[in-house]
Amino acid sequence: MTAESNLDLLDNDPVFNLKGGMLTMTVIELVRQEPDRFARQLADKVGQAPNFFKDTPVVISLDKLDTDLDAATMAHLLRICRESGLQPMALRGAEKFRRLAQQSGLVLMLPGRGRDRAVEPEAQPAPAPAPEKPVAAEPMASKVVTQPIRSGQQVYARGGDLVVLASVSPGSELLADGNIHVYGPLRGRALAGVRGNTEARIFCQSLEAELVSIAGQYKVAEDLRRHLWKEGAQISLEGDSLKIAPL
Amino acid sequence: MAKIIVVTSGKGGVGKTTTSAAIGTGLALRGFKTVIVDFDVGLRNLDLIMGCERRVVYDFVNLINGDSNLNQTLIKDKRSDNLYILPASQTRDKDALTQEGVEKVLEELKQTFDYIVCDSPAGIEKGAHLAMYFADEAVVVTNPEVSSVRDSDRMLGLLSSKSRRAESGEKIKEHLLLTRYNPARVENGEMLSVSDVEDILSIPLLGVIPESQAVLKASNQGVPVIMDEQSDAGQAYGDAVDRLLGEEKPHRFLEAQKKSLLQRLFGGR
Repeated sequence: MTAESNLDLLDNDPVFNLKGGMLTMTVIELVRQEPDRFARQLADKVGQAPNFFKDTPVVISLDKLDTDLDAATMAHLLRICRESGLQPMALRGAEKFRRLAQQSGLVLMLPGRGRDRAVEPEAQPAPAPAPEKPVAAEPMASKVVTQPIRSGQQVYARGGDLVVLASVSPGSELLADGNIHVYGPLRGRALAGVRGNTEARIFCQSLEAELVSIAGQYKVAEDLRRHLWKEGAQISLEGDSLKIAPL
Repeated sequence: MAKIIVVTSGKGGVGKTTTSAAIGTGLALRGFKTVIVDFDVGLRNLDLIMGCERRVVYDFVNLINGDSNLNQTLIKDKRSDNLYILPASQTRDKDALTQEGVEKVLEELKQTFDYIVCDSPAGIEKGAHLAMYFADEAVVVTNPEVSSVRDSDRMLGLLSSKSRRAESGEKIKEHLLLTRYNPARVENGEMLSVSDVEDILSIPLLGVIPESQAVLKASNQGVPVIMDEQSDAGQAYGDAVDRLLGEEKPHRFLEAQKKSLLQRLFGGR
């Protein structure tokens, strides 16, 4: 971010801006290696909502695939996707799929770092094969922040928990794939389980948040004010609604 | 070693220029060679507050562009031999400032001055960014009011992430200066209290400047309010400068003044 602002200042008339961003993309998670059934089932889905799938960028995830995939089958699958109007952009999977991705002309996106570590705790930092079935409750890498988080700042703990030891000001945003712990007053927005982890929770010493959210279910300050406001609280997801309980 | 102090706030109209003038003058009166730099290109005000508007020949942008040199551009204050003003350009906009240009000028000023006080424009865009980028210390001017506090909070975030010190892993020393404080209205619950603001911003309190008639009067006369030693605001600024220099002083003007019996009888203010 800082490098970006420098560039901006060095040159009065920037030709481009470098921006970090989070985009939502449809992920096709392959479970079995059966191109014919894949084609049929995909055609069904596309038939239900043709406009939704028209020129939609997709990422093909191999995380859940038990078997290896050869280049010919991959090419076949990609052809089926393109015929249905989808635009495959990348493969998501372990390092072993890198050659396959290159052969198919796609980018390889590695799954979250925390998961790799969890399956092979003794492994060296060398690229380890991805787990076959990632489980939400695995130990994950956490991020610890000791400075106050100011209005306008955004902190994201990718693939793990976020721990904040200072105050979180109104107008700031905390995001984590796992849990969020705040030991100062929580006055900004806190979104736990942003990639759909429904087990994620938010813990805080003083609940004064503008918004709290777990896996997309949220509550705004107006609703939060009624219960445990400015008190220690933990927020979890029960069914489709957020439960706020004293710490 | 010269120190660069930025006076900033995010929000406009909270008293940045008044504070820059007061702190700069205060430092000069205490014997430090001081220059106040107006970064508010296009909305030049510092010269008015300092009462030197009739002596502006060249400005900050001229200096950056090399149209003038430091001696030609700096305006010497008539009240103190230690005090100089570097006025902003009124005819240009913030894009006339460049990071290299600002750095070059500040480096040159560092050779001769003990303190360089940068009067930041409002907002968080280029002018404000450049004003704080090279700073060693920051005085964050805040009114006891929610929007001002939020903007200050945003500014503190930028100070700790987008300044040269932050980029090299150091910290800018941050000071909170609460201005336009009215203890009577705080007691009535109409205004945030000192502790409310401290609680949200959690940085050390440099001073509390009471809301005062003296400030407007001083501005219109072109005299920094710190020169008005009879006034509460002038004294509060004096205390703030002493604290900036490391002195420990108790905070004054935090309590509403009780009206005397006579005042109550005649209802006078």
